[in-house]
This record gives sequence, structure tokens and C-alpha cells, in this order.
Amino acid sequence: MSIRERLSGNEAVANAMRQINPDVMSAFPITPSTEIPFIFSSFAANGEVDTEFIPVESEHSALSAAIGAQAAGARSLTATSSCGLALMWEMLYVAASNRLPIALALVNRTLSGPININCDHSDSMGARDSGWIQIYSENNQEVYDNFVQAYRIAEHPSVRLPIMICQDGFITSAAVENIELLEDKEVKEFVGEYCPENYLLNSRQSQSIGPYAVSAYCMEAKRAQLEALKNAKQVVLEVAEEFAGISGRSYGLFEEYRLADADYAMVIIGSAAGTAKDAIDQLRADGQKVGMLKIRLFRPFPGEEIAAALKNARVIACMDRTESFNSQCGPLGAEVKNALYNAGQAPVVINYVYGLGGRDVAVENIASVYADLIGIDKTKDAGEKYRYLSLRD
Amino acid sequence: MKAFFNQRSDSVKDIIQIRWHGRGGQGAKTAALLFADVVFSTGKYVQGFPEYGPERMGAPVTAYNRISDNVIRVHSNIYEPDYVIVVDETLFDSVDVTKGLSKEGAIIVNTARDKAEIIKLLKGYEGRVYTIDARKISLESLGRYHPNTPMLAAIVKVSGVMSEETFLKEMQHSFEHKFAAKPAVIKGNMKALRLTLQEVK
Amino acid sequence: MAIDVNKITETIYWTDITEGCKIEASGNSKLFNTGDWRVDTPVFIAEKCTQCLLCVPVCPDSSIPVNNYKRADFDFAHCKGCGICAKVCPSGAIEMKMGER
Repeated sequence: MSIRERLSGNEAVANAMRQINPDVMSAFPITPSTEIPFIFSSFAANGEVDTEFIPVESEHSALSAAIGAQAAGARSLTATSSCGLALMWEMLYVAASNRLPIALALVNRTLSGPININCDHSDSMGARDSGWIQIYSENNQEVYDNFVQAYRIAEHPSVRLPIMICQDGFITSAAVENIELLEDKEVKEFVGEYCPENYLLNSRQSQSIGPYAVSAYCMEAKRAQLEALKNAKQVVLEVAEEFAGISGRSYGLFEEYRLADADYAMVIIGSAAGTAKDAIDQLRADGQKVGMLKIRLFRPFPGEEIAAALKNARVIACMDRTESFNSQCGPLGAEVKNALYNAGQAPVVINYVYGLGGRDVAVENIASVYADLIGIDKTKDAGEKYRYLSLRD
Repeated sequence: MKAFFNQRSDSVKDIIQIRWHGRGGQGAKTAALLFADVVFSTGKYVQGFPEYGPERMGAPVTAYNRISDNVIRVHSNIYEPDYVIVVDETLFDSVDVTKGLSKEGAIIVNTARDKAEIIKLLKGYEGRVYTIDARKISLESLGRYHPNTPMLAAIVKVSGVMSEETFLKEMQHSFEHKFAAKPAVIKGNMKALRLTLQEVK
Repeated sequence: MAIDVNKITETIYWTDITEGCKIEASGNSKLFNTGDWRVDTPVFIAEKCTQCLLCVPVCPDSSIPVNNYKRADFDFAHCKGCGICAKVCPSGAIEMKMGER
């Protein structure tokens, strides 16, 4: 039986954590993710979970403690945002290369500077090559559902990699909305007990973790790590199917919204996808063939599947909520264009940078992007292919 | 940009949109969240969210609500609200509170002044104008100035999103949960709600 | 699930490397013969040795075997000839032969 509730995105994640009842949480507060450890520590203090809550002195320590605990054999997690993730940088790679299935609740916030506390994806996009699985969420329901599925993906024997469940800072993390929660028992049964094959505190079989790998081993180690990340794609689908069985809510590698027959497609990540759906419905009502592909799984990047889903689109907008400072594309634009090129498809692709530092994205802003795409198709003149949305100029 | 759409789809036009103007520390965000809570209890879909600027006591704060019978997907701020609530009347000098406000909608202002005086400050706003002296009500029922409780009752009354009876029942329930250890606070808050329902005009 | 450490060599394929390079075995540093690195060699002069055992804990490669509180001659499979033991010895019971293996 699902529970009808109204929660903010942060409350939703904290509740998923409570239902999972992990062994260890280490965290250091940073806006806008502070509420997650704040709420969860009260669950720990009230005895609603058995979790050892470790308040630490920095985000570097938060992830280091989670790494230590996970290596010791405990199911561990942390939460952070923005500069907190940046301070974890060194340890992100350590967690991934040591194949430790830690879960991280990321509440996306821009990286300084200029100093700003609001949403964009510069934090997690900067960490995209650290070897973590990355899943993005549109709203509080998705971030809850994704977190419930997180450990099943991360701990799968063919994967065993850390996982980052991302949501948009303030836009969903602080917004109270309706949500359907699963019963505690359903979540516990779905996630299951954590039973690693081996761990540092195993008295029956000793283990060395994180050894130095000279050049003769380093490439082989990385290649093996890549294989585990590639395996995550299939596992994400399997776990989603099982999750649909208990929740009635379906998830894939990405979501297609009125995309199959769309001439004009948008590829987007996070909360603005919901806003885009309203824009699409209004434009469809006007007879415009517009659609959207919303990224769920960004790492590993399901390039072949995305190229196939975009095969009918004539003009595509890739929406990047971060600036990559390479002067030609954002990270999503780069991935999508790479996927299209490899698939031998050559639609016009316009890459937009939008929503930096919490710049609001309204239905009309999304509609203006489709207006651009339609105009480009009519005039056959793409013009500047790397653009800023809602910029004063 | 609006002209880009020839017609609005059903998913958008059935949403009631509300904008709150207050100052940091007055509880405008809390009021928006409480409003979302109480409307949620009637079975509707709700959104309640703040717009975060500089986090300082006294700085202008904006918060929002959306209410609908259908799932709400849009995640932007609100530019064309149906209702505006002004928790602090000193904001008239610095914030264009009626910006985008529907003339079929209404504005509710926390003030001790006459409505005629307030209307003069609203830059020719043609819709309904309501006033409520939340300071007086709050001091009378709670002994302290917490404008958010009266303003919550005022928006329920003016918007008619739920019956007064249901509202009072749900709030009683919610306060009993929230202030389990302080029954006097429950009584005071309930009094503030009842007084507001009578006095908002 | 202990692994055979001897199988992890510099010719290993990526498909065979352990998960995260973890080593599921104990005492495997013995398999690594650091004695191959030796350029200078310590000589143990038993008649000068007072069995104070100060040399034992300072050896970085545990190359001084101890039985019944008495040290024996060096384990040359692992001694890399660093000379710390010779510096520490108060009795002149360890001499370094320079350039000798």
C-alpha cells in the first residue's frame, strides 16, 4: 500500500534513507542539502534507524569516513552539494576505483564563483568522470524512487560502484509536493540486507584494499572499472523493472515525452523537464510536433539508446545546466552529439546553457527554445550552435 | 513570449497560483508550506516553495504555492499569480507586489490601515483587495507577533480552496501534532485563525 | 574467496585483475623478494652481538628473524641492504659490505 504524503525533495531522500536503514552515514552540512543529514540525524537520535551517524569536520572527511566504513563492510552513505562535492573530489575517485557501492545524495548547486547557493549542475557534471554512477531526478517522487533503487544498482555483483542520486537544489529539494511513499517493509524487502562477499572486518579472510598499482597494472585496473560501469546500464533496467512491480512507477535509462513523432526534440536533465512537459503539451495543442528526452542515467551514458530515440528528430536542443568553458558545448551536448555521430545521424543540434545559479526556467523559456528549433528548420540556417537561454543581451 | 501559445492546455489552466511577499523571519515561507499542507489534506496536488535570495532577517522573501486537481509538473517561479499575499506592508516601497497578478484574482494585505488607503498603493490594480490586521489578531490571541497564522486563514477564506470548517478541523489536528507539549499555543493559534476568518475584509 | 597472489603479475589481462585491485590474501608481502634490490649487504657478527634486539624493529622489511628472543642471521631474500640495522647496533655487530650482494 502506498502512502500519500507531501514532502520536500530533501525530506523525501531522508525518508528513503530511514526506510533503507543503512549502517553508517557521515556528513558535513552544506546548503541546500543540509536538511538531509539534519533530518536523518534525528531519525538516528530517536532510534528510528540503527545507523551510526558520524558528524565530520569536512566533506573530504565525510566521504573518507564513508569509504572506510564501506570497506569495513558497512552499507554507507553521505549527502552534499556544490563546493562540498568539490572538496570530496579526491575521494570520489578512491571510492569508485576501490569499487565501494556508497550512495551519495547530491542536491545540485552551482560551484563558486560568483558565490551563489542556487541550482545548476556544475557540481555533479564536474564529477561526471570520477567513475560514479549518476542518476538525475525531475521531482521529489523521482528522487525518492531513485534513492530506493540506488543500492540495488550499486551493490549488484557485476557493478559494485558508488552511486550519486541527484536532484535540483531548492527547486525540488526545498519544494513541498505530493509524493507516494512505499511502506517501510516494502523498501526493506526491496533493498535487502547488505552482504558483501568480503570486507576488511571479515575475520575469516583478510583483505588489502587500495593498493598501489604501478603502470603495469593501472590501465588494466581502469579498464576493468569501466566494464563494471558499463554493466550498470543493464542493472539499472532490471532494478527499475522490479521497482515497478512494487510501486507501479516505471523508470528507464531516460524518459521520452511525446518524442516518437517529434520533429523538434529537447534533451534535458532535472526539474526543468517537468516545466518542458507543460510547454510541450501547449505546443502540441497548437499542432507543433515537439518532444523531449529526459536523462535519468547520465553515467554510464546510454549513447546508443539515446541516438535511437532521437532518430526522427530534425532539430535537437541539448540543454546544459552548466558551463563547460570549452567554447563549443556543454557536457550533455558533447555526449549527445558524440552518440549521434557514432550512430551516423546528423540532425542539427543546438546546445543551450540555461538555469545557471538558479536562473528560473519558465514554460515560456522552454517554448522559446522550440520556437528557435522550428525557425532553424524553416530557414535552414542554424546560426550560433552554442547559445545561452534567458540571458540579458 | 506568451503570444507563442494560441491556447493553454488543460494541465496548466486548472492550476491556482499564489505568491507570498514577506520579510526574512516573518514566516512567509512557513505560511506557504503550511498552506500547502492544509490544502493537501483535501486531496489536491500542491506545491509550496520559497525563492531563495540572500538569507537575512528582514530581507524581502518570496514564496509560492500551486494547487491543482492534477499532477503539477511545472517547476518555475510564478509570474502570473491568481492571489498575492503581502505579509509586510512596508514592502510596497521596494517590491512590485501586484506584478502579473490576475485581475480576476485578489491581493490580501496585512495592515491596520483602511482598504482605500492600501488601494492607492497598488498601482491601479483592478482586482479584489482584502485587508487583515494580522498584528492585532496575533497579539490578541498569541501574545506575540506571528503574522503567518492569520495570513494563512486569510488566503483560505479569500481563495475558497476549502471550506472554513474543514480548514479549522485540519489545522486543529495539525497544531495538536506540532504543539503536543504546549496546549496553550494550540488554543492561541486556533483563536487567531477564527478571528481572521471573521475579520478579513 | 582467497586469491592466488602468484597469479597477479605484470602480464595479467584486464579481465583477470581483481575487483578494485583488492588483494584477498594475507602475509603476501613474503612473496615479494625485495632482496633482489640489495646493493650493500649487512654482515652479522654473532660473537659481538649482545642480543639487545634493537635492530629488529627498525628493519623495514622484517628481515631479521627472531626465535626464542634471539636473533639469527639475516633473511637475504627480503633484506634490501638499507643499513639502518648497522647504524642502530650499539655493539658493532653488524657491518655493511659496500657493493656486495
